[in-house]
Amino acid sequence: MNNKYEAVIGLEVHAQLLTESKIFCGCSTKFGNPPNSNVCPVCLGHPGVLPVLNKKVVEFAALMGMATNCEIKEKSIFARKNYFYPDSPKGWQTSQFEEPICENGHLDITLSDGTEKCLGITRIHMEEDAGKSIHDLGYDTCVDLNRCGVPLIEIVSEPDMRSPEDAYLYLTKIKQIITYLGICDGNMEEGSLRCDANISIRLKGETELGTKTEVKNMNSFRNVEKAIAHEIERQIEIVEEGGRIIQQTLLWDADHEEVSPMRSKEEAHDYRYFPEPDLMPVVVSEEWKAEIAKNLPELPEARKARFISEYKIPEYDAAVLTTERPLADYYEKVISVTDDYKSASNWVMTDVLKIIKEDKVDITEFKVSPENLGKLINLINNNTISGKIAKSVFPEMLKEDKDPETIVKDKNLVQITDTSAIDGIVDTILDNNPGQVEQYLGGKETVLGFFVGQVMKESRGKANPQMVNETLKKKLEEKRTGE
Amino acid sequence: MLPYKDLKEKQELIRNGQLSLKENIQSFLKKIDQQSDLNAFNFVFADSIELADAIEKKIINGSAGKLAGMVIAVKDVIAIKNKPLTCSSRILEGFISIYNATVVQKLIEEDALIIGKTNCDEFAMGGSNENSAFGPVLNPLNKKHVPGGSSGGSAAAVAAHLCDAAIGTDTGGSIRQPASYCGILGLKPTYGRVSRYGLTAYASSFDSIGPMAKNVYDLAILLEVMSGYDEMDSTSINKPIDSFHTKFRSHVKFRIGIAKEHFDKGLSIEVNENIQRVIAQLKNDGHEIIEVEFPHAEYSIATYYILAMAEASANLSRFDGARYGHRSDDGIDLDAMYTNSRSEGFGEEVKRRIMLGTYALSTGYYDAYYKKAQKVRRLIQNDFNKVFEKVDLVLTPTSPTTAFEIGAMIDDPLQMYLMDIYTTPANLAGIPGVSLPIGNDSKGLPIGLQFMSDRLGELKLLQITNLLGEQ
Ligand SMILES: [Zn+2]
Repeated sequence: MNNKYEAVIGLEVHAQLLTESKIFCGCSTKFGNPPNSNVCPVCLGHPGVLPVLNKKVVEFAALMGMATNCEIKEKSIFARKNYFYPDSPKGWQTSQFEEPICENGHLDITLSDGTEKCLGITRIHMEEDAGKSIHDLGYDTCVDLNRCGVPLIEIVSEPDMRSPEDAYLYLTKIKQIITYLGICDGNMEEGSLRCDANISIRLKGETELGTKTEVKNMNSFRNVEKAIAHEIERQIEIVEEGGRIIQQTLLWDADHEEVSPMRSKEEAHDYRYFPEPDLMPVVVSEEWKAEIAKNLPELPEARKARFISEYKIPEYDAAVLTTERPLADYYEKVISVTDDYKSASNWVMTDVLKIIKEDKVDITEFKVSPENLGKLINLINNNTISGKIAKSVFPEMLKEDKDPETIVKDKNLVQITDTSAIDGIVDTILDNNPGQVEQYLGGKETVLGFFVGQVMKESRGKANPQMVNETLKKKLEEKRTGE
Repeated sequence: MLPYKDLKEKQELIRNGQLSLKENIQSFLKKIDQQSDLNAFNFVFADSIELADAIEKKIINGSAGKLAGMVIAVKDVIAIKNKPLTCSSRILEGFISIYNATVVQKLIEEDALIIGKTNCDEFAMGGSNENSAFGPVLNPLNKKHVPGGSSGGSAAAVAAHLCDAAIGTDTGGSIRQPASYCGILGLKPTYGRVSRYGLTAYASSFDSIGPMAKNVYDLAILLEVMSGYDEMDSTSINKPIDSFHTKFRSHVKFRIGIAKEHFDKGLSIEVNENIQRVIAQLKNDGHEIIEVEFPHAEYSIATYYILAMAEASANLSRFDGARYGHRSDDGIDLDAMYTNSRSEGFGEEVKRRIMLGTYALSTGYYDAYYKKAQKVRRLIQNDFNKVFEKVDLVLTPTSPTTAFEIGAMIDDPLQMYLMDIYTTPANLAGIPGVSLPIGNDSKGLPIGLQFMSDRLGELKLLQITNLLGEQ
């Protein structure tokens, strides 16, 4: 980025809430049902129907507000956002406008250089999702209203971000929080989490905001970062060439990595918001707020801090393990079986996460139960098996979630700690490799590694490596003094 | 005329074997057919006769619901499952409701018989029933005159004895004014007393469903059945319902408020004379007449129309041809489809209100119109709150005139809007109002009188109506 300029970025994030039923009717929110099967007169917008607010939506929105340090308003108001589109059956979207449920929040992000940054959240409001227009069936446009009325919250940030990285970290944090709260699955690719960015640039030191553009259609976390970087560059280029930024809505094209303006007709909207007369103001009393707060789980920041202080694991480990709530839950289940917190952390961060990434499975469906992983760690620590053997037991556990003790027994993998057995193997190896013995005695002590390898190989990895080491050294020294 | 005075008598006749419900319905159907020139019905349900025997049996063995045997017409803005719902608009041509309005469900559960859906002004917008895709309704008392609107079909059907009673809706006077013009009783309940679920919205914060009838008993028992909290309507009131039909007969003396603002220029001399006569009589009967003030009365019409049109402009957006109802054949793209479907589907008055409402909500005008009107609405509400500290009821004319001639005001919408001067305040304040006939003018057209009470004061309205009716 050209050093003269700074970017000013604000994000509007839509999160689809994981309620059982829609926001204003009893229809299911289940994804993937046949088109127009999760519908009723209300969400079809038939004449005469009225909305009834799903309380769960208020609770979820308030939870998000609490988790992002917002004021939860005692009174908030739904409004009609008027526009015509076939997948909006009432001709308006029921949303909140002048009086949203949450205001004035903030969250902190940690930049790659370690500095912390506090980003403001202007508001969080509740609204309904629209249906889906399907244009590519080869004949008329079709409308599926299953999604129509699925609850959303919109989280609007202050224009506090200054770089694509800020935006990426902010969005990641939002996802982390909503998934911790269990109010949204946070899946950008499937559209349950959506993000639009408002971007402008200005000369450094300038306090006035430049003309902004809105970038839409960024359907992955990386795309958000890329699209914003691209848009900043585009704006700088225009200004550098003496041009002016036009306020407009741009669509990100991920395949070609470029933006294109939305048809101006599509964006020339006067939404004519006004208070929804069919719904009473939403009143969140102090008692209800307290009731909702009881469902507030330990949030990632707090959990990370606790992992560091309570389990004495490095900050890096704590950060990785608390990225997602189910992962942190998994880790805590592992260490309910073993008290080797650091080993547990290593196993989860490397072996578990590697498989999860490769196989694209969810931690909640991971084959190895945390209890069995804990047992495996214990088997190493009580010298039943070596770490190396453990690495071969783990794939067995992955095949079916079997108790590692059973696997070790069945496959006869118990570590050899019997001195005479190890003595015997060591003697054989030394006898069979006189050349290397000579090298060792001649001062090339690195050959020891060769012998260890041979012994381990001979014992099929079962010999206790420490004992092997000691026995080898002892016997070689005996040979030296015996000369 | 009908062989019974009210539902109570009708049920007795049936119980005693002196009246066959089947024949009763048959005679209604015949009369509807004979008087089809009134154009009161959009749809007649001949199949209602199929329920007659079963309900008659229930009446005889004493297991019948409160409205058993009552033959009711329902304004065609209310949803009845598997029946057409047109709102007298071309845009809903061919539309069939897939559910019952709560109020319809309640009528059915109490064994009422729904004989048809009545004509009305398109989407309940109008005061003459001339704005209907089905054509105008004629006033049964003088067919050159309008029946009033928007519940003109309901009022005409009741007045012409085409049914026992009817359900109307009242957003700015649409029950009370046609009741007045047709010489029947019409009651607009407190906003939220009767569930709106299933009523096609015109102006959501004003719309009320209410009964129209020829006697207080029928009016009371209908209101009693229709009222009540409904979880499907978030604005419905969760308060117990009085036994209106057993309590409306009383000899309470009321404190009745009268404001000079309601007897100002524009009020016809004949209407005024008749009202003064009633006021004198009320005094004579021992009621207290108290002078009251409505400082914001002159803003009622403007306030009502701005807010109602604003709400209507959104409420009618769903009629776009995309999912149901009329879709224009002439649409090369989505915008053209919308524009042509709506241009062809809506009538002039509906278009006028959508455009004015859209304007009032537009950026740059919202504060000057919608927001300001909301503020004035609160001032008008406060006026009523203050008045009802001093009086039980407020008496006003229902309409400045009696029924006018068909076509008289069709080209002057503003003049037509001014006819709502006495009825819109109750809708603005969310309070109940009743219109009752108090005599005829020199042309023989009925004159209506309106009483309003504080919120949930419907019983008082029924009581005073009954007291005046007993004279
Ligand atoms: Zn639904």
